[in-house]
Amino acid sequence: MNDLFVYTLRLGDDALISAQRTAEWIAAAPQLEEDVALGNIGLDQLGQARSLLQYAGAVEGAGRSEDDLAYLRDERDFLNLQLCELPNGDFAHAMARLLYFATYQQLLYDELRGCDDEQLAGVAGKAVKEVAYHVDHATQWVLRLGDGTEESHRRMELALDALWPYTAEMFESDELVRRLAVAVDPSTLQDEWTRRVMAVIDESTCGRPSASYQHSGGRQGRHTEHLGYLLAELQHVARSYPGATW
Amino acid sequence: MVTDTAILEAVGEVADPEVPVLTIADLGVLRGVRHEGHEVVVTITPTYSGCPAMDLIRHEVELTLQALQVDGRVETVLSPAWTTDWMSEAGKAKLTEYGIAPPTGRRAVGGPVMLSLTVRCPLCGSPDTTELSHFGSTSCKSLWRCNSCREPFDHFKAL
Repeated sequence: MNDLFVYTLRLGDDALISAQRTAEWIAAAPQLEEDVALGNIGLDQLGQARSLLQYAGAVEGAGRSEDDLAYLRDERDFLNLQLCELPNGDFAHAMARLLYFATYQQLLYDELRGCDDEQLAGVAGKAVKEVAYHVDHATQWVLRLGDGTEESHRRMELALDALWPYTAEMFESDELVRRLAVAVDPSTLQDEWTRRVMAVIDESTCGRPSASYQHSGGRQGRHTEHLGYLLAELQHVARSYPGATW
Repeated sequence: MVTDTAILEAVGEVADPEVPVLTIADLGVLRGVRHEGHEVVVTITPTYSGCPAMDLIRHEVELTLQALQVDGRVETVLSPAWTTDWMSEAGKAKLTEYGIAPPTGRRAVGGPVMLSLTVRCPLCGSPDTTELSHFGSTSCKSLWRCNSCREPFDHFKAL
């Protein structure tokens, strides 16, 4: 398979699966403004996913559209990080995930917008500005919950801990990113990511998370049991009514 | 033969479906016109990656081209990324009149620090306002409240 196709698909799948999980919060968030905020954040991620999957389809050259890639692939064909597919849990989990993931996306897109591929640079240049708002939103909530009541502190800390074992996967380097000139080697982002995320966690008064075991496999299509259920919901209409438009 | 200026003027009049007082020319969403053989290509750029208004804007531009009897198509470009700096002064004035506080200042990219600039209440003009939420009724807006007249209002956020 074409390296550029696979690389674009990785980024597109991260954005798509995050968008789906984030959108699940709509009408379930703790306050109305938060429904709106998470709806908007999910929409930004979906917009990024559309641009990336469209481009992936064009690069592949097999005539697959963004919809074909989103709706007609199976679980093992998805290359997203496992962090993106984990179930929502409580609101603290949503903010911990957004902090981890949006900070990663911000660093990644910031690098990528200078790359030689005009399309990828264009998507990244657009997305990096949106993601800055996501990071800011997550930061505000992590501080507020962590430095809030005894209960909010406890739950924020639990969430930061629970998702930590899924963070190392973001920075895994492999043959493909080293071979593909336009790709950002994610291992180069880890130090700055850790610095930024730890600064927020320290200020939130939560303890620093640590884990002896880190999950891996999303980039090779190995996923948690949760992705199948997510895809069932995401793909149901398109698969039940093939070719339907709306 | 319709001139490029005439085409730009005509398609520039297409309104943003979410903020109907603004045209795509006011917004800076309309990027330009070029020729490819016999075809005219109008380029537009989305405000946000996921902006749901883009499909409608594209359609309206196509209809305008048809009305001008111009053989053309619409192309979406992402780069350079849209910024609120491209919004015309006339557009900003129209926004205020419509009850939406226009974008202020320029958004710094990359850094984690957000600049807190005063957003004036579009209804009473008071600078004493509070942000209720970074995110509003559409991707491009945030939600504010005026501490003087107590009215909530939308702010077109800087990007």
